[in-house]
Amino acid sequence: MNFFKRFAQNRGALVGLIILALVVLLALLAPFLYPDSPWRMVQRPFLAPGEIAGFPLGTDTMGRDVAAGLAHGAWVSLLIGLISTVVALAIGVPLGALAGYFGGKIDDALMRFTEFFQTIPNFALAIVLVAILEPSTVSIVLAIAIVSWPPVARLVRGEFLSIKHREYVEAARLVGQTHRDIIIKQILPNTLSPVIVLASLMVATAILLESSLSFLGLGDPDTMSWGYMIGAARTVMRQAWWLSVIPGVAILLTVLALNLVGEGLDDALNPQLARAR
Amino acid sequence: MSELSRNEGASADASNAPLLRIERLALSLPEGADRLYAVDNINYELNAGEILCVVGESGSGKSMTANAVMGLLPQGVNVAQGRALFHGQDVLALSEIEHRELRGQRIGMIFQEPMTALNPLMRVGEQIAEVFEAHGLLTSKARRERALALLEEVRLPDPQAALRAYPFELSGGQRQRVMIAMALALEPELLIADEPTTALDVTTQAQILHLVKDLQTRRGMAVMFITHDFGVVAEIADRVCVMRMGKIVEMGEARDVLERPQHDYTRALIEAIPGDAVPPTRDAGDTKPLLSVSGLDKVYRSSGGWFQPKREVVALDGIEFSLGRGETLGIVGESGSGKSTLGRCIVGLNTPDSGEISLNGVDLRALEGRELREHRQRIQMVFQDPYASLNPRIKVGMAIAQGPIANGVPKARALEQARELLATVGLDASAAERFPHEFSGGQRQRIGIARALALDPELIVADEAVSALDVSIQAQVLALLDRLKQELELSLLFITHDLRVAAQICDRLIVMQKGRIVEHGSAREIFLSPQHAYTRELLEAIPGRQDRRETAPAAVGAI
Repeated sequence: MNFFKRFAQNRGALVGLIILALVVLLALLAPFLYPDSPWRMVQRPFLAPGEIAGFPLGTDTMGRDVAAGLAHGAWVSLLIGLISTVVALAIGVPLGALAGYFGGKIDDALMRFTEFFQTIPNFALAIVLVAILEPSTVSIVLAIAIVSWPPVARLVRGEFLSIKHREYVEAARLVGQTHRDIIIKQILPNTLSPVIVLASLMVATAILLESSLSFLGLGDPDTMSWGYMIGAARTVMRQAWWLSVIPGVAILLTVLALNLVGEGLDDALNPQLARAR
Repeated sequence: MSELSRNEGASADASNAPLLRIERLALSLPEGADRLYAVDNINYELNAGEILCVVGESGSGKSMTANAVMGLLPQGVNVAQGRALFHGQDVLALSEIEHRELRGQRIGMIFQEPMTALNPLMRVGEQIAEVFEAHGLLTSKARRERALALLEEVRLPDPQAALRAYPFELSGGQRQRVMIAMALALEPELLIADEPTTALDVTTQAQILHLVKDLQTRRGMAVMFITHDFGVVAEIADRVCVMRMGKIVEMGEARDVLERPQHDYTRALIEAIPGDAVPPTRDAGDTKPLLSVSGLDKVYRSSGGWFQPKREVVALDGIEFSLGRGETLGIVGESGSGKSTLGRCIVGLNTPDSGEISLNGVDLRALEGRELREHRQRIQMVFQDPYASLNPRIKVGMAIAQGPIANGVPKARALEQARELLATVGLDASAAERFPHEFSGGQRQRIGIARALALDPELIVADEAVSALDVSIQAQVLALLDRLKQELELSLLFITHDLRVAAQICDRLIVMQKGRIVEHGSAREIFLSPQHAYTRELLEAIPGRQDRRETAPAAVGAI
């Protein structure tokens, strides 16, 4: 419908979408642009960007191609961001829905459980989890998902609390629909717009978390990621600043793009609010 | 253009100039609206010391002129042509700063929703004082004194206490009085009241109307009273201006318009009000009761925090009545009388604390599980708010079919039935493929009725089912309910705060106050010889009633 038109009215969101498309394109093309492993040493180390033809972004401390690392890292960052968000939604949405719909003791129990996770600092918990599980892509995804589902649960619960008293939900109860049908068919579709917006922002947060973990050396040792690149270059910040800055800018742009897209989605899904601005 | 308008207004100029004169005003709507202009080339005048009622249904553009005068037009609506002269000065040409001088000081305004028009976090006294503060008037002590005087003037029961109260501590009528006090604070010459009594109970409405009339006489203000209700017009108006689709269809002295409406639309509006309310005698249905309720109690308890005492509100207290097959029973009462709770207990959305609800002689409270579900389906509900009662993301056909589907009817057949039901309630069968937002309030209410019918119920509980609709639509929906009731041999439990509506459709009435039944009997008996003081109060509060009693009673059978 005119969903995209409303989305495109927010210029920033459009810019965000373009940047995001470029990053996705880069990630998809990485295996074709740089068929070799990004870990391979291809030139002498500490080449500045543009110093030798064929290495537009230079080489790192071990003589690996920075451009190749960036392209392969985009794949890892996006994948981990997306999957961990999906896993977080898979935990948060059902918990929030059950708590909000049934209320009472069930709500109390589920919300105390959620608060248990909320009281522990996110990043500290993620570090502990990865350290226990041994760093691998799966454990990183799990760790990020486990620290980021509570806000989803709270959001969904809030939406359920307000929607479950709407007259159309009461009408569904009166005609004898089961709790499961009411939750899935009546209420859930009406809670989706804020959840979608939150999810787009969560992908951004997940990318940041993954980068932070890799920076600390807790990334998957077999995959090249942006966080790892910054972490590896931090000791040579004075001699070769670009080694930290280039992946840093990549993270910045991707996260910014996701945030802009999230805001655009918010406008497009809540047209009344957007017009009021 | 100004040449023209001057010529037109020349006759009025000869006598004393009117306080407000709207000349050839047209307000353009944003692109994609249902029409080009919100108001189209309208002219009217308002003299000092006069009450002008602007009457129209929703979407007629009746509020837009007032908003333009106040400089409060919503975004996208612009002045296309014309002038609004206040004391000979065109207020439409004023800058925002000049407008602010005018607002409050010389033109006051009261809004429809007294809850949202007051700041919930500020004490009433401070809010009134703020009016003076905004215009840089008086010292803070003098402001307090004026605020108190104003609250006394609008006759709040305990002005001293009200000064320190927060809006949520006051009732709807009291809040509207505070709003009026604020609007009067700077002694405006013109008071614009935009549906100020629509959200209120009948008795409160009568009090507020009386107050407005009284203040107007005492202060010699001009009042522009915007309303959809001809009953209100009969109560207070000096002159009436009837609007439809942005155009003025009729204007004149209130009495003339009420007694000798010239335009068909005005006539339809006046007739649509079931005003003089002597319900016809109806056949007293089957004597075998379908639903009988006895000893029903319900108390709402809020648990109270550390510093709050527990609160108990008695919603139902020993309710007892029965409803015959094919009968329409009206439950009438003001907000807080427990009438909605009663309806919700009967359909099973609330659980009563004690008592018995039996359908066809089977006590529903003793049933459980599947048996209960099966019996529950015999009672369906039509809800009040046509905008909240349909899921915005489910197509109309599916919304109607979901009941039968949940009870095991195959999907294709249920959808087919839904199309038939849409035709039964007077909608096109193709409506099934559309989403609720594509329909108007009246159409949505028809969809709501179709949904209630889908399970082939014996009893329909209609909770304020027409109170959110315009009068003419109200009459159509009531006629539909009446027709369906007879065709499908339904019983109807009709919950309403509006005695006029009850008179139109109910065989018998129950009057509720504070959770108790204070009077019950046939609708005709209650209207002609009310026994209980509260019923009499309710009947007297119906706006326009006395006025119409003097004139010849119109036929009610014309619904």
